[in-house]
Amino acid sequence: MTMTSPTKVPEPVLPARSAHRAPKRASRFKPGAGQQLKGGPFAYIALAVVGIGSLLPLYWTLVAASHTQDEVLASTPPFLPGDRLFHNLDAAWTQAHLGKAIVNSVIVAGCITAATLFFCTLAGYAFAKMRFRGRNVLMTGVILTLTIPPQLSVVPLFMMMADLGWGGNLESVIFPTLVSAFGVFFMRQYLSEALPYELIEAAKIDGANNFRIVLSVVLPVARPAMMVLGMLTFVQAWNDFFWPYLALNQQNPTLQVALGQLSASYTPDTSIVMAGALISTLPLLAVFVVFGKQIVGGIMSGAVKG
Amino acid sequence: MATSTPTRDAYAPPPRGSQHKPADTRRQMWRSRLWRFDDKASPFAYIAPFFLVFGAFGLYPLIYTGWIALHRVEMTGMNQMEWVGWENFDKILHDSEFWTAVSNTFLIGVMSTVPQLLVALGLAHLLNYKLRASTFWRTVILTPYATSVASAALVFALVFRADGGLLNWALHFVGLGDTNWANGHWTSKIAISVIVIWRWTGYNTLIYLAAMQAVPSDLYEAASLDGASRWQQFRKVTIPSLRPTILFTIVISTIGSMQLFGEPLLLEGGTLGATGGNENQYETLSVYLYNYGWNLGHLGPAAAVAWAMLALLLIIAAVNWLIGRFVRKSAV
Repeated sequence: MTMTSPTKVPEPVLPARSAHRAPKRASRFKPGAGQQLKGGPFAYIALAVVGIGSLLPLYWTLVAASHTQDEVLASTPPFLPGDRLFHNLDAAWTQAHLGKAIVNSVIVAGCITAATLFFCTLAGYAFAKMRFRGRNVLMTGVILTLTIPPQLSVVPLFMMMADLGWGGNLESVIFPTLVSAFGVFFMRQYLSEALPYELIEAAKIDGANNFRIVLSVVLPVARPAMMVLGMLTFVQAWNDFFWPYLALNQQNPTLQVALGQLSASYTPDTSIVMAGALISTLPLLAVFVVFGKQIVGGIMSGAVKG
Repeated sequence: MATSTPTRDAYAPPPRGSQHKPADTRRQMWRSRLWRFDDKASPFAYIAPFFLVFGAFGLYPLIYTGWIALHRVEMTGMNQMEWVGWENFDKILHDSEFWTAVSNTFLIGVMSTVPQLLVALGLAHLLNYKLRASTFWRTVILTPYATSVASAALVFALVFRADGGLLNWALHFVGLGDTNWANGHWTSKIAISVIVIWRWTGYNTLIYLAAMQAVPSDLYEAASLDGASRWQQFRKVTIPSLRPTILFTIVISTIGSMQLFGEPLLLEGGTLGATGGNENQYETLSVYLYNYGWNLGHLGPAAAVAWAMLALLLIIAAVNWLIGRFVRKSAV
């Protein structure tokens, strides 16, 4: 837990492209593998190949979702989107209760994101800027929880949820994920650099109590990082599969659970399943198109000291 | 630990009548005591939610799993627990399907982690060049991360399908194309590894890229002054500087491969998915746990599987630690 000098306020959330730009004179030397080296055509070709590989399965989802099953599985598969998209979406919608599933997914991901942001900012602030007994030990404990797979505790969790009367309800998927160790770690990293001690001291001299400081000083400073953490948490909560699949049932699923059940149904229709997959992916793709830069920056800034 | 934070009201001035001297000092004392309490208690109040939630829904169930593993508990009557001692562990440790799942998990773990991290390292190196539209490339490479396990598994199930699959169609141009991917012992593991690699390479690439950008450029300058080629710089400067990050991604990927569930479950779907193929050829430990607990309804053995996974994780952690120590020593 190193204390950076409080006067330094870098912007860790932005992509650190210019963070270590080499000094001008470096160009006199044979350039190293650092930033100053321009990518040649090979770099672009390699990136294009990987990029196409990354996007092709998503394109194939769209193609398969807009044809009939017979066309998709024909000996020469189609390569352009067809005209059956809305027919398939409609069929997926009715077969898998997708309407309810979408509402459930929004509720679950929304609640988890809101709670994670609030609790992790508080905890991250405490770990970054407050002095208290056992701080380092407790922070190590937080990080260690990252290494415990959820698989290890699902059996009693399932029994607990039944006891609490939450069996099959959304509460059973929301409550276990209200906080995240990654979130605490991420906010701590950000706040320890972005929040100067002077601001906290000044607020104290002005007579603010600790919670007042959180509201008026910490939260405004933390906002950019909270944005990123919010998006990362939402993506994770929206895509979560294992525990929701065990905890929820066909009558009350999230989108991912409904999708799993749609494909597990008796003789699933491939194009209808793909239409369901498309519905579950599109919202996040939209988020990625709009906020891709922030998400990329967030993952990179959260990772540096990992 | 769950002390609530005093709000503004706690410092409200006392009633007007008591404004003479002794009461004033008393008030100040009271006030400063409150301040001190606020300073002492606040951090604990802020971190309490994390530990409360983790304790209730993470640590407690984790330990309780061990207790359940010593009992007979059925899905149909979860209130009845009957003590059976080590019977559940005995049952799974003598089940060849369990050992198949262990080796599948291990193989798929290696087959997905190693290529993924190598590719990520190379990609990060490329992205570290000065590029046009660098944000665009980063975002594109990260796109699979936005796709859920379920969607990814389903679309790849279609790609790897035996009849009418996209991959077999592409392979028939080179004279192959009759592969029943999900049926083969190796091909099914390849298929699942491909799904994992597709989803996670971009994420790991960005982690490596971030670490590469944090390498001080003087190191490269010094290396190039000493006449090191670019490949030598990559090997002797970049890789050693990234060692902690690489270790971190290996740990995360190892834990991730212990959790593989959606990919095998949905590769073929239905009853085949729940047993990891007709010969359990791609059954992972998570699928085995799910099958025992949720499909067959025996929660006791399922809990025993969970603790077996915990034991495996601890073994892996120990091996990892030893290797890390060895590597560090040999590097000096």
